[in-house]
Amino acid sequence: MELFFNPFDNLLCILLGISFTVWFTLLLVFIIVPAIFGVSFGIRRLYMKTLLKIFEWATLRIERGAKEKNHHLYKPYSNAIIAREPTSLEEEIKEIRRSGSNKDLDSVSEFEMSDIFYFARRGVESIMDDEVTKRFSAEELESWNLLTRSNNNFHYISLRLTVLWWLGLLIRYGILLPLRVTLAFTGVSLLVFLTSLIGLLQNGRMKNVLSEKVHLMCYRICVRALTAIITYHDSENKPKNGGICVANHTSPIDVIILASDGCYAMVGQIHGGLMGVIQRSMVKACPHIWFERSEVKDRHLVAKRLSNHVQDKSKLPILIFPEGTCINNTSVMMFKKGSFDIGATVYPVAIKYDPRFGDAFWNSSKFGMVSYLLRMMSSWAIVCSVWYLPPMSREEGEDAVQFANRVKSAIARKGGLVDLLWDGGLKREKVKDTFKEEQQKLYSKMLVGTQEDRSRS
Amino acid sequence: MGSSRSSLRRVPDGQQLLQETGFSAAVLLRLHQRFQFLDKDSRGHLRSEDLEAELSENPMGDRIVGAFFQPGQETVDFPSFVRVLAHFRPTEKNRTRGGEQPEPANSRNRKLKFAFQLYDRDRDGKISRTELLQVLREMLGLQVTEEQLQSIAERAIQEADLDRDHAICFDEFRKSLEKVNIDHKMSVRFLE
Repeated sequence: MELFFNPFDNLLCILLGISFTVWFTLLLVFIIVPAIFGVSFGIRRLYMKTLLKIFEWATLRIERGAKEKNHHLYKPYSNAIIAREPTSLEEEIKEIRRSGSNKDLDSVSEFEMSDIFYFARRGVESIMDDEVTKRFSAEELESWNLLTRSNNNFHYISLRLTVLWWLGLLIRYGILLPLRVTLAFTGVSLLVFLTSLIGLLQNGRMKNVLSEKVHLMCYRICVRALTAIITYHDSENKPKNGGICVANHTSPIDVIILASDGCYAMVGQIHGGLMGVIQRSMVKACPHIWFERSEVKDRHLVAKRLSNHVQDKSKLPILIFPEGTCINNTSVMMFKKGSFDIGATVYPVAIKYDPRFGDAFWNSSKFGMVSYLLRMMSSWAIVCSVWYLPPMSREEGEDAVQFANRVKSAIARKGGLVDLLWDGGLKREKVKDTFKEEQQKLYSKMLVGTQEDRSRS
Repeated sequence: MGSSRSSLRRVPDGQQLLQETGFSAAVLLRLHQRFQFLDKDSRGHLRSEDLEAELSENPMGDRIVGAFFQPGQETVDFPSFVRVLAHFRPTEKNRTRGGEQPEPANSRNRKLKFAFQLYDRDRDGKISRTELLQVLREMLGLQVTEEQLQSIAERAIQEADLDRDHAICFDEFRKSLEKVNIDHKMSVRFLE
């Protein structure tokens, strides 16, 4: 009996040993070494192209299947419940009145009982469909990307699709997720360990060079941990020392994406736990700007520290997300003016995610950080484009708000995002009363304006 | 098995609402999603605060929100929500109905009634001078003086008030709007 088990045991051990070695060699060769040197084998792009072909096929199958079974295919990805007419208050009320009376419109433009129709209809339209809040829910897709989160019982339509969906589930959670978690772990621990090591060195050129290399390497490992396929455009405009890099914000991953292509000084609040450990070790290797919770409220202190950092040309450019909150990557909301007040050169960056592969938007009211990261790591991939825009400075006679808006428009235009006037803080607050006043002004001009004419004649 | 019908089961009174309101299944589902979105705390019903947030731009916001709530009630559930929205469906032209069938929500008469009730807040069947002044004040805000407001209201009542009781009842309201294309102006274009 013993003789029978021993060779079997040995065989098992040998097999396990070999597979581990192979696994780690592959990891080293294909992921860690390229991360150190910043090269790429192109495997991720090939992966992306294959996935796209599969998604196209899946969408065709869904549409064909729906037609065969004569379903009313419920497309949850149409844009709106209603179509809003882009007519103004004046035009609409004139039209209502024109249909209601035979009188010459120019001479009698006074209040009619039917005017209420306009306000009622507009009100009901607002209840059913709101431009602003749409920006805060995940962007809707035209096709299905085989993720449960974006389907609506689609996988029941055909057997082949169901099999594919199950296969996808297996691959994502069984193979990709563990691989990515291991990589992330490696990347983060290397970052903490190496930066602490570098912190022991004397301040000088050697330290800065090493710190740069270490930061870049670890961020690149993290990028591979998320299977992020990033295309950088216009790298000649990359931020330089003494400047502020400004970008639109969709998720915490934005930081990793930008920091894997250049070195930045991060700005933020010091957290506890793992995040805090990372932050504290990072600051040993090169100066980042971390604030205590109490200091965050003090705007002058924040501005002072930022401008001190910016004036020292040996320090890295600061990375800031002025929207203040994560937006769902279809638009850019109002930039908070703080970072535009300092007087440094601003380097705008536009980040646009491709939603076909995975939704990178972090809806902080729906998901916590950990569950968000798990969702990210179990998506197919994160595909995005980064555009470095030419540097901008505040012009004569421009105040911080106007400058901020100018930068915002440039970013929105480049990234193909909608440039909205709304404040990102709207997510949690009500709309200001000025819009209501505008409506009242327009309407009263129609009524009272003509009364004055009448009294004159 | 339909992908739409199975999700319709999640909608309260789904089938009945389809028949009553005339909305298509797709639109009803979207309205349910919208209802759930507005219902931030997932209570299954909406309070006036949930709707007011969407209407802060509209001078008559509070009044329109009030139209969703039955007198004395502080919450509105999904069926009631949809029944109010059904008033804004475009009227169907070629429709024959027997005498027993209830009048559909989007008929000309029902639309007029809805508008009338926006004016007549105390639901006594008449739009009094006070009620009209209130509506005008909402529409015009602080942009006009009290005298201007009074003269506008006076003229409007004089034009519509046929039985000289200084108030506008529903029939007088309807008559004054005889020629207005209500269907076009009180309808929202729903996307299928």
